[in-house]
Amino acid sequence: MELNRLTIKEAVDGLKRRDFSSRELANACLERIKKIDGKVKAFLTLIKDAALLEGEKADNLIAKDSSIFSKKPLLGIPFAVKDNYCTMGLKTTAASLVLENYIPPYDATVVKKLKGAGAIIIGKTNLDAWGHGSSTETSQFFTTRNPWDLKRLPGGSSGGSAAAIASNMTIGSVGSETAGSLRQPAAWCGVTGLKPTYGRVSRYGLIAMASSLDSPGPITKTVEDAAIVLQVIAGKDEMDATTSPRAVPDYFLSLKNRSENLRIAIPEEYFLPTMEKEVINAVKKAISVLEQYGARAEEISLLDPKYAVAVYTIIQRSEVSSNLARYDGVRYGNNRHSFGKEAKKRIMLGTYTLSSGYYDQYYLKAQKVRTLIRQDLERVFRSYDVIVAPTSPSTALKLGESEKDPMFGEAQDILVEASTMAGLTGINVPCGFSKNGLPIGMQIIGPQFGEPVVLAVSHFYQQITDWHKRKPNL
Amino acid sequence: MKRKSKIPARPAGGQNPKSKLTEEEVRHVAKLARLELSEKEVKRHQEELSGILDYVEILNKINTKEVGPTSQVTELKDVFRQDKVKLSLTTKEALSGTRAVYKNSFKIKAIFE
Repeated sequence: MELNRLTIKEAVDGLKRRDFSSRELANACLERIKKIDGKVKAFLTLIKDAALLEGEKADNLIAKDSSIFSKKPLLGIPFAVKDNYCTMGLKTTAASLVLENYIPPYDATVVKKLKGAGAIIIGKTNLDAWGHGSSTETSQFFTTRNPWDLKRLPGGSSGGSAAAIASNMTIGSVGSETAGSLRQPAAWCGVTGLKPTYGRVSRYGLIAMASSLDSPGPITKTVEDAAIVLQVIAGKDEMDATTSPRAVPDYFLSLKNRSENLRIAIPEEYFLPTMEKEVINAVKKAISVLEQYGARAEEISLLDPKYAVAVYTIIQRSEVSSNLARYDGVRYGNNRHSFGKEAKKRIMLGTYTLSSGYYDQYYLKAQKVRTLIRQDLERVFRSYDVIVAPTSPSTALKLGESEKDPMFGEAQDILVEASTMAGLTGINVPCGFSKNGLPIGMQIIGPQFGEPVVLAVSHFYQQITDWHKRKPNL
Repeated sequence: MKRKSKIPARPAGGQNPKSKLTEEEVRHVAKLARLELSEKEVKRHQEELSGILDYVEILNKINTKEVGPTSQVTELKDVFRQDKVKLSLTTKEALSGTRAVYKNSFKIKAIFE
């Protein structure tokens, strides 16, 4: 059995039964990385010997006390971490030349929690530099390839993590989303990507993109795994004042709580003729499968998503210009000459929209329309449990596509921007394949702190289908 | 709001949807953003920024007279912690990101003669 093909749940069960050791598990992932990452290019930094050592330490802990998994639910599990999470003593670049040699003196809270739960970090994964993109092409180092077709993009900005999970180079991973950066690469790579409610997971140590939107989250092989990871990383954090004081429920338990009369809202604006037909058909088929098991789906209307694109472009780029102002080459990193094209573009737009004389016209106006978008979605959740729609208007695009449109990132994320701006939670699960063999993703969106229902529905879908079990031929 | 900028006021959004930014405006923004742009970059940004600003004009179609802004969705206010001194980064750790250090301080370019 190739141990790298296991899910987190399977790996933990196997370690508990002593079917294999954690060192063997870590080694299997590292061997797989050695074999195929030259082609996929998911990793920016790899940890080899130290990871194997951590594996041995985990094995010793397990040998001494087999009940340790109740305290350390991820003990001995190899994890890939998106390279915008600060990892103490380990290079963290945000895929930018500005931070090409930056070594953080502290761990991000998410990293601290993963380590505290016993996870073994085996490497930092590639991303669109600073999170700016939906393709991983704006990484200033190299572009990650889609494991399903190496001439295509993995999506972004968490493309490295999604590709690593899809090609079984790791057991678990974390990424982050500002608008689509967890859900969309998960869709293009045929894996599970969960964007938690804004404020559910601490952003401390996550290199900031847009502070009112950034949401750390898991990219995993199954919904079950996503629930396990969320349980570890969710919760109020003293170091992040925007984290919610709301108690963290038992996400693993909530997987079983499938509502018999699930009310699904299908926004007609998220099923447009300009989108790939196969994507629309696959998602519609998935909804009818849920209906066969008792769900009731109805078409609804949402505010035209083109407004969400405009609002998101202004708000995100404004907050980006502010967050990237700290990179002055004084305390860390290289100076501002090292910024790539995309970062400069976003800083420029954001500086303009926040500047004296234009702030009201752009940023304030966008904030007001953001209120309308929030209210629009709140209205939907008064009568429905979840919203179901395609995650992306297309399947994975070819290399080079992202450079054709100055608003490529924002345009690709048209189906996820409204929910992200309302701070909602959403998950992508695979729901089919195109004629070209490319994965198609479906997103299930819930209200704020609606992770239990989102996880329950998507987990149920993975019990009655097996799209998520298919892997690329690598 | 009093405008301190030396750039001539642009027409209010919606009245002149095809207006482009001037090169002067682009250079002003670059200065605010502390970005040094080449002549080629100034022209490119002029095109791209104008295109994006044209796109976002659609927001003017929406009436927001009675709508308040959303700056964050958590509805949390005044999140405090105990005023207790805690361990933080050591001076060495804080200075570890750069080699331009002088006696436990960051070295920067001179501001005064």
